Amino acid sequence: MTLGGWINMLLSVGFVTGLFLWCIVKVITTEEEPERMHGFEFETPDEKQSREEEG
Amino acid sequence: MSTRKTSENWSSRLGVIMAVAGSAVGLGNFLRFPGQAAQYGGGAFMIAYFISLLIIGVSICWAEWTLGRWGGRYGFHSSPGIFGALLRHPAARYVGIIGVIIPCGVYMYYVYIEAWCLGYAVQFLTGHLGSPEVDYPAHFAHFVGMNQDGFAIGLGLTQVGLFVIAVYALNFYLIYRGLSRGIEMFCKFAMPALIAIALVIVVRVLTLGTPNPEFPERNVLNGLGFMWNPGNVGEQLANPQLWLAAAGQIFFSLSVGFGVILTYASYLTDRDDIVLSGLTATSANEFCEVGLGGLMTLPAAFIYLGSAGVAGGTFGLGFNVLPIVFANMPFGQVFGFLFFLLLFLAAVTSSLSMLQPGIAFLEEALGIGRRMSVTLLGMMTVTGTMFVWYYSKDLKALDTIDFWVGTFLIFVQGTILVIVFAWVIGTEKGFAEAHKGSTMRIPRVFGLVMKYLCPAFLLGIFFMWLGVNVLGWNASFSDPQFNPTGYTLDLVGSEEHPPSAVARLSVGMIVVMALFIGIITHLAGRRWNAQSSTRGGAQ
Repeated sequence: MTLGGWINMLLSVGFVTGLFLWCIVKVITTEEEPERMHGFEFETPDEKQSREEEG
Repeated sequence: MSTRKTSENWSSRLGVIMAVAGSAVGLGNFLRFPGQAAQYGGGAFMIAYFISLLIIGVSICWAEWTLGRWGGRYGFHSSPGIFGALLRHPAARYVGIIGVIIPCGVYMYYVYIEAWCLGYAVQFLTGHLGSPEVDYPAHFAHFVGMNQDGFAIGLGLTQVGLFVIAVYALNFYLIYRGLSRGIEMFCKFAMPALIAIALVIVVRVLTLGTPNPEFPERNVLNGLGFMWNPGNVGEQLANPQLWLAAAGQIFFSLSVGFGVILTYASYLTDRDDIVLSGLTATSANEFCEVGLGGLMTLPAAFIYLGSAGVAGGTFGLGFNVLPIVFANMPFGQVFGFLFFLLLFLAAVTSSLSMLQPGIAFLEEALGIGRRMSVTLLGMMTVTGTMFVWYYSKDLKALDTIDFWVGTFLIFVQGTILVIVFAWVIGTEKGFAEAHKGSTMRIPRVFGLVMKYLCPAFLLGIFFMWLGVNVLGWNASFSDPQFNPTGYTLDLVGSEEHPPSAVARLSVGMIVVMALFIGIITHLAGRRWNAQSSTRGGAQ
């Protein structure tokens, strides 16, 4: 592995890993408004249909 | 003010991100990307790759998320409905049918490949594979029926049929459960599992050392060097085919222009952050591709087989070369099982996403419920998969549909999306829509990128792709020569190359499907017109 190979690999892998971790941290730490949690607020029709069929 | 009447929703932001990332992460991340990077010289390829990511990957991704949510606000979740509502023109609906044809058409053969992955995982687990004595290329040809049409039809453990049925049952069970309880639930489990398995395999590969003392040059560092060492960067960047390969990899890896993000985003509301979600899904795909795929498959193959043994394209690397690598590796049966389980999970999260646009289209076009739409879509896709499964000789049917639907039409759809976003609707309006509910803003420079650079780059790459892969251009500007490729000759024929009946039937099947979708779109027009006149319009 040449020096150029190391630089190429570390920059490429480092960039995508850093970007991914930054995005995940941002998503997790940004407060999600209660209104966004659709599925926890009401039963959607597909869930209702499944429940009725299972019941 | 929201006027949407949605029947389904995502349950959390992380859920939709996982689902979109799952849609993008597939076999190409772990098999196609490393091969392309090594072929075109690691350094130059990565420069072209990241430029393509910024210009077309991220741009089309944000455009597709925005158009999808916008259309969803007016109650539409399918590409024809969304295009019709946003552009307020009946013809726009017919442009949108490409967004249904692509996921349905690709699903027909993708699920067949998914069955290979499950089959290999089970065969490694049960000990049918994992021994160095097995002739892996012959096993693969036998398993998928490459030597004779109809050969793969069968339900034994060493045949693909049982696994085709299993993956069909899994996919349709999950899609029937709905968006949140099916797709989202599965992706929230599968994506972390996939990344965890990939990390285990990466650690295994990076700690292999020099497994065969007879070949001291075949070691981890040289394996990584084979993948990442830059060649003559300046000279390689002047090669148009390198740009075509890099841009193509970004384009197909991110699943932009597929029609899936359009549908997925249509279930979001103005309060949802689509800018951050889009970027996060993109970065998850890039992490899996560059960060994991780039350290795993090709270095492992080099360590055991040397540079001469690393060849054969995506399927060759995945199903011929890597099983040999695992067979020679300590605890190779376990790692072989884990690797094909990883590919299987990646394939399921992708194939699930291909079904939702069709489901959404049938539901809103025919006004039917989920059970009926799942049944109809099942009948349609089973027909296509049976066709691909039966005509397995040289994988001709699979290859033909992949070329014309999974490549050509995706270019067309991606170009349409970015032109609609940047030129028909306008970047200012588009950005204003994208920023609703967003904690981060799209950098202003992307206004220029999306309006000028992205369409120009995309059209340039598209025409180059047509030249090289359809017309057989030799990629030379100084001495251009054209010899139509096998894909073209399979359809039109020549003196030396008679037309292929299977290739013609494959394209004919897609045309029939397109007509079917077009007729349904036409029949649904009156109801959609009424909806659009009261609720639609983005211009």
